Formats: sequence, structure tokens, C-alpha cells
Amino acid sequence: MSAHDSAVLERHGLKPDEYDRIVQALGREPSLTELGIFSVMWSEHCSYKSSRIHLKKLPTRGPRVLQGPGENAGAVDIGGGLAAVFKIESHNHPSFIEPYQGAATGVGGIIRDIFTMGARPIALLNSLRFGPMDGATGARTRRTVEGVVAGIAGYGNSIGIPTIGGEIAFEDCYAGNPLVNVMCLGIARSDALVKGNAGGVGNPVYYVGARTGRDGIHGATMASAEFDDRSAEKRPAVQVGDPFMEKLLLEACLELMKGDALIGVQDMGAAGLTCATSEMGARGGCGIEIDVQHVPQRETGMTPYEIMLSESQERMLLVVKRGREAEVEAIFQKWDLHAARIGSVTETGLLQVKSRGETVAEIPNAALVDEAPVYDRPTARPRYLDEVHRLDLESLTPVSPQQALGSLLSSPTIASKRWVYRQYDHMVRTNTLVLAGMGAGVVRVKGTPRALAMSTDGNGRYCYLDPRRGAMLALAEAARNVACAGAVPIGATNCLNFGNPEKPDIMWGLVEAIEGLSDACRALDIPITGGNVSLYNETDGRAIFPTPVIGVVGLIEDASCALGRSFRAAGSEIVLLGASVGRGDAEPKGRAASAGLGGSEYLKILHGLIAGDVPHLDLEAERALLALLAKATAGRLLLSAHDCSDGGLAVTLAESAFDSGGIGCLVDLPAEGAMGEWDVLADLFGEAGGRVVVSVAAGSLGPLMDLAAECGVPARRVGRTGGDRIAVTVGGRAAIDWKLADAERLWSEALAQYFARPAA
Amino acid sequence: MKARVFVTLKPSVLDPQGRTIADALHSMGYTGVGDVRQGKYFELDVDAPSADQTRAVAAEVADKLLANPVIESYRIEVDG
Amino acid sequence: MKFAVVVFPGSNCDHDAYHAARHVLGQDAVFVWHKETSLQGADAVILPGGFSHGDYLRTGAIARFSPVMNTVTAFARGGGPVLGICNGFQILLEAGLLPGAMLRNKDLKFHCEHVHLRVEQTDTPFTLRAPVGQTLRIPIAHGEGNYFAEPDVLRDLEASRRVVFRYCDTSGIATPGSNPNGAVNNIAGICNEGRNVVGLMPHPERACEPALGSADGLVLFESVVSALAAQASLP
Repeated sequence: MSAHDSAVLERHGLKPDEYDRIVQALGREPSLTELGIFSVMWSEHCSYKSSRIHLKKLPTRGPRVLQGPGENAGAVDIGGGLAAVFKIESHNHPSFIEPYQGAATGVGGIIRDIFTMGARPIALLNSLRFGPMDGATGARTRRTVEGVVAGIAGYGNSIGIPTIGGEIAFEDCYAGNPLVNVMCLGIARSDALVKGNAGGVGNPVYYVGARTGRDGIHGATMASAEFDDRSAEKRPAVQVGDPFMEKLLLEACLELMKGDALIGVQDMGAAGLTCATSEMGARGGCGIEIDVQHVPQRETGMTPYEIMLSESQERMLLVVKRGREAEVEAIFQKWDLHAARIGSVTETGLLQVKSRGETVAEIPNAALVDEAPVYDRPTARPRYLDEVHRLDLESLTPVSPQQALGSLLSSPTIASKRWVYRQYDHMVRTNTLVLAGMGAGVVRVKGTPRALAMSTDGNGRYCYLDPRRGAMLALAEAARNVACAGAVPIGATNCLNFGNPEKPDIMWGLVEAIEGLSDACRALDIPITGGNVSLYNETDGRAIFPTPVIGVVGLIEDASCALGRSFRAAGSEIVLLGASVGRGDAEPKGRAASAGLGGSEYLKILHGLIAGDVPHLDLEAERALLALLAKATAGRLLLSAHDCSDGGLAVTLAESAFDSGGIGCLVDLPAEGAMGEWDVLADLFGEAGGRVVVSVAAGSLGPLMDLAAECGVPARRVGRTGGDRIAVTVGGRAAIDWKLADAERLWSEALAQYFARPAA
Repeated sequence: MKARVFVTLKPSVLDPQGRTIADALHSMGYTGVGDVRQGKYFELDVDAPSADQTRAVAAEVADKLLANPVIESYRIEVDG
Repeated sequence: MKFAVVVFPGSNCDHDAYHAARHVLGQDAVFVWHKETSLQGADAVILPGGFSHGDYLRTGAIARFSPVMNTVTAFARGGGPVLGICNGFQILLEAGLLPGAMLRNKDLKFHCEHVHLRVEQTDTPFTLRAPVGQTLRIPIAHGEGNYFAEPDVLRDLEASRRVVFRYCDTSGIATPGSNPNGAVNNIAGICNEGRNVVGLMPHPERACEPALGSADGLVLFESVVSALAAQASLP
């Protein structure tokens, strides 16, 4: 019989067989402190035990990759001796319990991951998912949205890192489980990337930053369990962020990293001191010995268990060279920080924790990190898939294109996100070339001619219908978005948000998505350099849609070539690049138009349906399109570029006219044979990938068409910018004819209107 | 000794936070709640031998830092 | 000429001000750490934007106790040009170098967006190159920019022509709709009695290059360069 009863194990989220493995690893029964340490390190959040074998399928290498998965963040070479260091991470569970602090500390955590690598953070993005803004849960969702947005703003604005982009979508399945995924990118010297290694027996281990309190104990295990009615009681587990403390840590650490006194550094995020000490030891192949009495504490009477498991924010663990202590301490003192020496590096390979000299835990680092359980969990294709692919358009009443466009432009997912990004400081550091509009954000890299474009994308609806192709579409869209800004995609980071992996149908979706992502990354030559897996996104047994979110980073060699999505001049030519219509060229016409509208925002908003086959995707065509966009932007042929995604071509055209200073458009889409109502709707609102609307000066039309032919990308001139209307015909037949100012007002005010209501 | 300092906006200064809270309360049906003014609350542990001296230290600190006399006023309570 | 950009631990627009002065304007610029007491011979001082000491109590409340502020105050009293941008403006208010105080934005939200400003006074070192009534398109980024002053202070500010910038619409008219934060009389920036200390909530350093969306902020920096050049050329 074990020293800990089953209730204790359950509270720690450990299964009986996992407990047996602990006993085996130690050769004895663990103490309660040791049990706590194992429980957080072997939690899903820290060990990736359900996803690890599948994540290995992702391509992580490439000529530009300087650091793949396994460190605090990934890094790619951007030329000029510089590296872009970036990662995306989730903070879903904390943001559900306390939206402001949950989101704020999510931002704080990802920023630490970036500067820990020796990079100065220069951009933040976030990918958010919420429930519907109205209906039974609407009031709560609106409060959650307000809290999350204010939390992101509160942290990012204070620390002075611009939030330059991201996306937000609303779907029923997120009502009880919102998603908050945050991405950060920083710039470092390629030859000065800092690792999270311990090393050099006898070197001192320092603790710097906020004092340790009881907040966040078992945050990592919380992020590895489903929510239920009792989740509100877990409130104390949420940490409170202090962006000013983080700013001090950021500046002090970057100053320290300029010298060579530092061996390695890691932030204390999930699983706090436990994770930092054991991972640094494991990476460096050495041991770390600490005494918790030296850990600065905010509360009195904290036990070693609590100190080891606390997830108090804004704390860093550093290993520095022996003999350089005074130098290190002086730098932190300059920033009014106290660096506390809490232990030293040993040769034992053990994590040794003492309390006033007495050993309270002694565990091989390898057992905590490298030998954590790995599961090949059973998978089963969910039954619902047989149902949702059936889509009988004949049973629906088609909506007029203009009415449909109005409904889509005012739907929260498509409506302008100005209400949100106006709360984010998106200009600080004076690098932002393409202002936030929640498309790709573009920042220049000062001191070089270059700029970087970033986009995060993911569509839970597609992944619900087809996780494999949905994940491919997410990568393709993010890549297309940065390409539209004039960039060549050079790396990606992923955040995989799924339900409970112990359920075979959820696990099936996870595996499908990873494999789809992997195929798409290979086809488009975009390596994944790191990321995060967030599982158990379920409330009361209801899982979210499978939601892989992909962040892609692209390089613009000449920052002055950076492009926005809005039309720039009246009288320019509008060209549709890629398959000509919404259903994709490969899809047959007629009754099968359903294929073109499958999974679309149109079907969801206008008919309340999430059904059909997900949009068409041709990775070879996508690759050709990316190449064309790179050449066309570098050759300064384009005035604007905007990809077709949520809401299809009609929404893309409207959005290209928005924020342009009132430049309308006159567009005629080709008709092929007799077009039924559904064919027209599919052309306008179908969401097939691989399509981009560009505007070009009249004189550039010829060269663009030649270049498109050379790259093997279908290109068709479909209209001209100008006038004060959005006018679209299909085969000469009027479909949409709307005063731009009216459409733009509808689009720009829709989201804010939800918050004008009293927050009762 | 413990001193408690309450800092509030002067009556002449518009308090947007207080007004927002009042609006929310009214929309929740608390029509009996009139105006709401929000403020800041500080607890100071002061090493001083008497209540008077504790109060004097608290007042000095409030004047210098805790309150901005242009927009805020304060009130002090001392234990004991 | 030489700009001193004061760096508080929570300053985050210090690099932007430095970049504008050094790389856009081509002038000399130095960072001055808040614990220092020398301005390193600078001709003009910029208090940049940010969250000087976290600003959890009140914006700028703690910054005024930094050692460098004694030096800045002496520099200002001696007639040296001092520009407070956003948090720098808030610090100048807390330090008593400019009158009034900041309240939270009337909608309680942080606002980051381009606004329009009308240049009301051109006899300050930071506006002398701008024609009176010129409309500038410059971004704001703040949560507490709702300028407040008691009625008598306000009357005095207006009477002595010390409101330097006012929020306005695209045609230069100060309307309620063009006021982003509820500031009294649409006030975006003011100066002291000596007119050498100017504070404003908008960020001119973010509007110095066309690539960033506007170069309208450059005139503030060019003005002080002109002002100092004119001063230097005096016998």
C-alpha cells in the first residue's frame, strides 16, 4: 500500500500506474513534496505526455532555423546576424477563471520566454476565441471579452511591447472555455542566443524577481483537467501579474546577457521553481541543489511544497559563473531588483531541495523531465463526422447576396476589431509599419533594411468538420497573410487547443491536426520552431472544437515594400489571384456548390449551420501563390493585397475598400454557364483557400499577369477601384451594390455596439 | 500602529469609474443607490509611539505621495 | 544640439524619443538614468512616455521623487526647454512644473489611435516652426489623459495663452467628438508661464516618419532645434 491514499493522488492528477512509476524512479515512496513535484512535472501541461509522440512528426528544421522546439522559444535567422525569436502559448484556463489576470499573466509568460533567450521583445499578437456575444451566455461572454482585452492591454501597454495583430472569433463551443493564445516575437543576435541550461559544478543559482506567494499552486495541473461547477472555487490558483516588475526583469536580464557572466536562465512559469530547476538541470546534464529558506517569500509560513509549486509571476532562475556574483548582483541592484542566491549547480544529476539544511526532496532530474510518461492514446474517428458532412442546400432558402454581406460584416467574427486593438498600444517602439487591423502585423527591424510580418490563424469550425484539412488551412492562411504583407514565410509556431485527450475521438482530432499541419508545413517549407499544447479544454464534459492556432513569421527584405490590405488609389486594377471562385476550381459546379460553402461563415451566420466539406485547399497552388506574392511585392507591382478567408471573396473586397479613405470598387466576377442562386452565393461567400485580391496601378497589370503566368498562378482582372460604392456583379448580373460609407459604418460599429449595453 | 488612509476624488472632480459603477448598479435594479464615488485605500504600519504621531506620519505621507491634492482629498483613521 | 532623454525604470518610449532625435533629426541624444543628477550637457530635455514606476498609485506620482527630477526642475527654472510626452506630461504635472492633473479617460479604456491636434500657440520652443492653427495628425496611447484643472487654474491657462495643443477634428475645430479622453476644453498640451516647459499627451515621436503613418510630429523636434540655434546665434 502506498504512503499516499488515492484521494491525495487524485488531487495531484496522478494515475495509480503513474504513482508506481514514481516509486520505481525513486526506489522508494515519495514524500508529499516530492509527490507535488512529480505531479506538476508529469502533468499534461509540462510533459506533453499525450502529444509528444505525435509532435515529433512536425518538421522543425530548415536552413534558417537556429533553435527548434525544446528551449524557451524557437529562433530563425533573419539575416544581418540577427534572429527572430518567437513562440505562441495558451492561457486558456486561467483566463476563464479570471479574464483580466489570466490574459495579463499569459502575456507576461510569453514575454519572459522570449527575453530569456536573449531577445528584446518587439511584437505581441493574440488569438482569442469566445462564445457568442448574445443569447443566454452573452452577458458573461461580454464580460470575459472585456476582461481579456483589458488584461492583454494592461500588461502589454505597460511593459511597452506593441500588440500588432492576431484574430478573434466567436463560436458556441467556446462559451464555457474561451481561448487566449498569445504570441511574442523578439530580436536577438544570432550568435548570442541564451539557453536554459545549468552547468559548471559549484556555480551559483540565483532567484530574481517577485517574491513567492501561494498563488498559482497547481496551475499546471489545473491546466490539465476539465472544468466543472466547482471551478470557481479554484480561483486562488490564478496569479496576478505585475508588468512593472517584468519590465525591470526584462531590462536587467538583457543588460546581464550583454556580458558573459551568465550560464543559463529560465523563467518560472508553469510549475514554477520546480520546472525551472529540474529542466535547467536536465538540459545541462547536471544537478541543482537549492534551499527554499533563501527563496524570497511574500507570505509567512510557506512550506517547501508550496514554495516549489507556487506559480507566482515575474520570477527568473539564473545560473551564473562563480566569481562573477558581484557583477551580476550590481546589475540587478541598478534595476532595484534583489538577486537571491538560493543554491548551486552539482554533479549529481539530482534536484535536491533543502529547507534550512534538511533535505525535503531528492529526485533525478531525468526522471522529472526526460522520463516523464509518454502515452500513445487510443484514437477513434468521431461519429458526428458522418452527419455534419451532409449538406442539402435545396432544403435552405438562399439569402440575397447583399443581405448576406450585411449580416456577415456585422457578425462579431468578421466585424472590425477596432474596439479591441484601440485598447492595445500597437505603435510603441515606432516599428509598426502596418497598423493593427487584426490581419498580418508588420514591424520593421531598426538598424536593418528589413521588416517582419506576423499572423496568427486558426478556424475551429473547419477543424470540427475536418481537423486534418482545418489545420492545413490554418497554416496556409497564416502564410498567405504574411505573404500579402510582402513577406516570405520563414517559420511558424503552433498552439494546439483541444479537449480531453483521454477521449479517443478528441485524441483522433489531435493526431489528424498534427499530421495535417505537418504535411502543410512540409509542402510550404515552413518549419515549426516551437509552441504549446493546451488539452482538457472542456467544461462539463463539452469539448471545444479542435482549434490549432498557427503563428507564422515572414521576412520582408526591404521594409519599404511592406503592403497593407486596403486599396490605395482610385482607378487601380483589381486582380483575383488563385482559383477564380469561392468553391475552388477543382470543385464541380451546380448542386455540388455545397462543397464551396461548406464550413463557411455564410452558412453559420445566415443559416445557423456548421456543415459540409471544409473549404478546398491545394497546397501546390498555395505554394505557387506565396512565391508569386513574394516576387510581386519585391517588384513593387502591388498597391494592396488581402486574402480570402472568413466570409469569402465578397468580404475580402469589402474589407479592401474599408480603411482606404473611401475608395470603392466595381467588380464583375466571371459566370460559367447558367449560374443558379447557390452558385452565385458560393462564388461570393465560399472560403476556398489559395486566393488573394490585389490592387495594382494600371501600368502594372501586364507585368503582374506575366509574373502570375510564370509562377503558374491563375490570375484574372475582375474590376477596378474607385467610386463610393461596393458594386459586385456576377456574369453581369447585379449581386451587391452598396454605398461604401454605409457598409463601412456597419462593419466598424458592430462590435463596439455589444459593449455599449449596460454590463448587467 | 496601524493607520488607514482613504483617498477619494474631490467632489468637484468627475469620477468616471464611480459613475460607471452607479450606472451598472442602476441597470441591475439597485435604484436606491444614488451616487457612487470610488477611491483608494491604504493600510500603513507606522512605527510611532502614539496615535497622534502615527496620524501625523500618515498625513505627511498622504500629502506627499498617496494623494494628489489637485484632484484628491484624504481621510485618516488610526487604531488605538 | 543635444537632447537628454530621461529614463525611468518603466519608461517605454525612451528609445522612440531617442530614435526620433538621433536618427530622424540627426541630432545628438543621450539617455539619462533617473538615478543620475547630471543632464550631460544637454540643451533640451525629453521626459518620455511609459509607466515610470509602474504607475499603480497614480501616473507619474513616484517619478517626481527620482534624483534626476531635481536637475530637470533646475534646468526648467533656468529656461531650458523641457518636453513631457504622455507619461512625461503626467510627471510634469505631479512635479508641479505644469498645473493640473490627469484623470482616467472618460470611457475608462486605454486609447491607441491617431488623433488630430490644433497648434494653438507658436511662441514655445516646441512649436515655433508650426503655423498657428496648423492641424497635426499624431497618435495617442494612454489610459489617463483626461486633463483636469480647477476653474480658476483653467481660466488662467487660457488667459495667458498656455494651452498649446487642443484635440480637434480634421478641419481643426475642437469638437466634443474629437476629444478622445474627456479632457477639459479639449486640452491635449500646455506650457508653463515661462513657456519653455511643454507637456502633451499625444506622441509626436511616433509621428516622425511617413512609413509610420505620419510625419506631423517632427515639427516639435525641428522647432526646438531652431529655437536653440536662434538662441546660440544671439550675441
